[in-house]
Amino acid sequence: MSITDEHEQFRTMVRSYVETKLNPRIPKWEADEAMPLHDVFAEMAELGLLGLSYDPEFGGQGADTTFTLILAEEMGRCDHGALPMALGVQVDMATPSLHRFGTPEQKQRWLRPALEGRHVTSIAVSEPDAGSDVAAIRTRAVRDGDEWVINGSKTWITNSLQADWLCLLARTSDEGGYSGMSQILFPTDTDGFSARKIPDKLGMRASDTGTLTFDDCRVPVANTIGEIGRGFQQQMAQFVVERMWSSYTTVGACDRALARTRDYCAERQVFGQPLLANQYLSFKLAELAAGVDMLRVYNESLAESADRGEDVTRRATIAKLTAGRLVRRVADTCQQFHGGMGYVEENWPARFARDNRLTSIGAGADEVMLQVLARLDGYSA
Amino acid sequence: MNVIVCVKQIPDPAMPGELDPSTKTLKRSGKLILDESDGYGVEMALQLVDAAGGGEVGLVSMAPNGEVSGLRTALAMGASKGVLVSDPELQGTDALTTAKVLAAATKRLGDADLIIAATESSDGYTGTVPEQMAEVLGLPSVTFAKSVTIEDGVLKVNRQTEAGYDEVTCTLPAVVSVTAGVVEPRYPSFKGIMAAKSKPVEEVTVSDLGVSPVGWAGANQEIVEVSDAPERQAGEIVTDEGESHLKIVAFLENLKVL
Repeated sequence: MSITDEHEQFRTMVRSYVETKLNPRIPKWEADEAMPLHDVFAEMAELGLLGLSYDPEFGGQGADTTFTLILAEEMGRCDHGALPMALGVQVDMATPSLHRFGTPEQKQRWLRPALEGRHVTSIAVSEPDAGSDVAAIRTRAVRDGDEWVINGSKTWITNSLQADWLCLLARTSDEGGYSGMSQILFPTDTDGFSARKIPDKLGMRASDTGTLTFDDCRVPVANTIGEIGRGFQQQMAQFVVERMWSSYTTVGACDRALARTRDYCAERQVFGQPLLANQYLSFKLAELAAGVDMLRVYNESLAESADRGEDVTRRATIAKLTAGRLVRRVADTCQQFHGGMGYVEENWPARFARDNRLTSIGAGADEVMLQVLARLDGYSA
Repeated sequence: MNVIVCVKQIPDPAMPGELDPSTKTLKRSGKLILDESDGYGVEMALQLVDAAGGGEVGLVSMAPNGEVSGLRTALAMGASKGVLVSDPELQGTDALTTAKVLAAATKRLGDADLIIAATESSDGYTGTVPEQMAEVLGLPSVTFAKSVTIEDGVLKVNRQTEAGYDEVTCTLPAVVSVTAGVVEPRYPSFKGIMAAKSKPVEEVTVSDLGVSPVGWAGANQEIVEVSDAPERQAGEIVTDEGESHLKIVAFLENLKVL
C-alpha cells in the first residue's frame, strides 16, 4: 500500500482528535447511555471525516480508500466501541447503496446532509425473526399509487433513535427468498413510525440501538434506492463495505489494547519483578500483536483491491471473521493480564471486552461469514 | 493583514530523543513534526487575518534535510505559504544566529504587519529567539501574550506576568511571542491536508539570505558538557494527625508561594 505524507498527516490529525476531543467525552456518554450524534457528526464533518470516499458533488471528499481505512483504524482507538460503530453506520453502512445506486436528486436530498453532518442515518435490515438471515425479513412495503405503505418491525438498529432517515430493506413483492426486496429511504418523521431503545445491552451502551415499528407508514415510491426488487442484492454489496469497516476498526482497537496492557504489565510488580518479565505473558502479547499486524496488512490489501473496483466480497468476509475472533482473544487476554483490575468498570479492559464482543455477532455473525465463505469457496453441499 | 509565524519543526516528543555525542546537540536527522507550541501561533495568526477580513498567513522555518512535514501541518491548518531555510552549514547554530536567519527569511515573504512566535520551543527552550528577531528587524517586541487583538491598527496584548497580566499596546509592525493556550489550535481538515501539498514552500540556503557566519562558526556559545537531569527526590509524606494542614501551610510558605 502506498502511504503518502497526506495519509500520515491525516492519521496524526484523527488520532489527536480521538485522544483530545472524543475520549474525554466518552465517560459521560457511557454513563448517559447516549451520544449527541448530531453534534458529534457535525464536528466530524467539519474535519471532512464523513464521506471520505464519496463523490464531492454530493458532499464527499473524493479520497482514496486508504483514508477510510486510516479513519476506521484510528476510530478504533476510541475509549469505547459505540461511536466508531455509529460512524461506521453513517458512512459505510447506511449510505453506500444510496451513493452507488441513488439518483442525483436523492443524493442531494439525503446523502449530502448525511455527509455534512446535518442528518444522522441508520440501516434498518434486521428483524425479530431475521438477523443474519436477511432473506427471512417480513417487513412489507405495498405499493399504493405513488406511495409505499410500510408495515413491520426492525430490531438491533444502530443510531435509530436519533436517525433522520433510514436505509430500509423491505419486501415489495411476494416472490420470497432473495427476490422481491427493495431499499427505501425512510424519513423517521413519517406518521406511524416509532422507535424504542433496547435496554441493558451487554456492551455498546452509549449506542442508541433500537427496535422500530412501522404501522401503515407512507413514503413516496420515488424514495426507492436503485431498482425495485433488487434490494437484497444491493444490500449484500452494502454489507461488504460494513465488514471492511469492522475489520479496520478492530486493528486500531487491538493495537491500542495490547500497548496499554504491555505498559500495565511493565509497571505492575509481582514477586519482585514486572509482570512483563514473565515469558508467558510477553510471548502471548507478542503473538497477539503479530496477529493484529497480519490483519492490518490484509486490510491494506483489501482496501487496495476495493480501490481498483474489484469484487472484495470474499476477502471482506475473511477480514470480518478474522477480526471478530482476534479481538475476542485480545480482549480476553488483556482482561486476564490485568487481573482484578480488569474486572472493574473503572478500568478499560471491562468495557473493551464488552463492546468488542459484538464484532463476532453484529454485521453478520461469524457463522454467517463462514457460510458465505463455504459457499464462495465450494466447501458447501 | 499579513502575519508571519515562525514555526519550528522538531523530533516527535513521543519518540525518545537522542543526542549526537560528537556535537552534544539533539539529533534531527529523522522526520520532524510541527512543534506543538507553534500551533497556537498559527491559530492566532489565522484568527487575526480572519478578523481583519483579508490577508494571509506566511510561515518561516529552519530545519535540516529540506524537512517540511511540520510546515505542511501548519499549511493544512490554513497558512498560505512558507519559507524553509535548510542548509548543512546551519548545524550548531545558536539562538542569536537563528534569529538572524529567521529575520532574513521573513523578508522573502514581503512586508508583514505582525510576526508571531511561540515563547519558546519544546526542544531547545532558549526562549530568546522572538526578542532577538525583533531586535534584528528593528521592531517592537511584546512577549508572553495570553491574548492578542488588533484594533484600529494597534496591537493590544494581555501579557502574562507572575502577578497576573499587563495590558500592552504597541504599534505595528511588531513581533509578539504567544503562550500556550492563547487560542485553541484547530485540527487540519481533510481538505486542508490535501490543499497543503500544493501550497508554495520556498527552500533557501543561508547564502540566499546573506547571513554569515552561521553554524558553529557563528555561535557565541559552546556546549561543554551534557549530563543527566538529577532524579526526582522522594516526596515528603505527611501523616494526618489533625495538624496536617499546618504542615502543608508551612511547606508552602517555605516555597514562598504563600
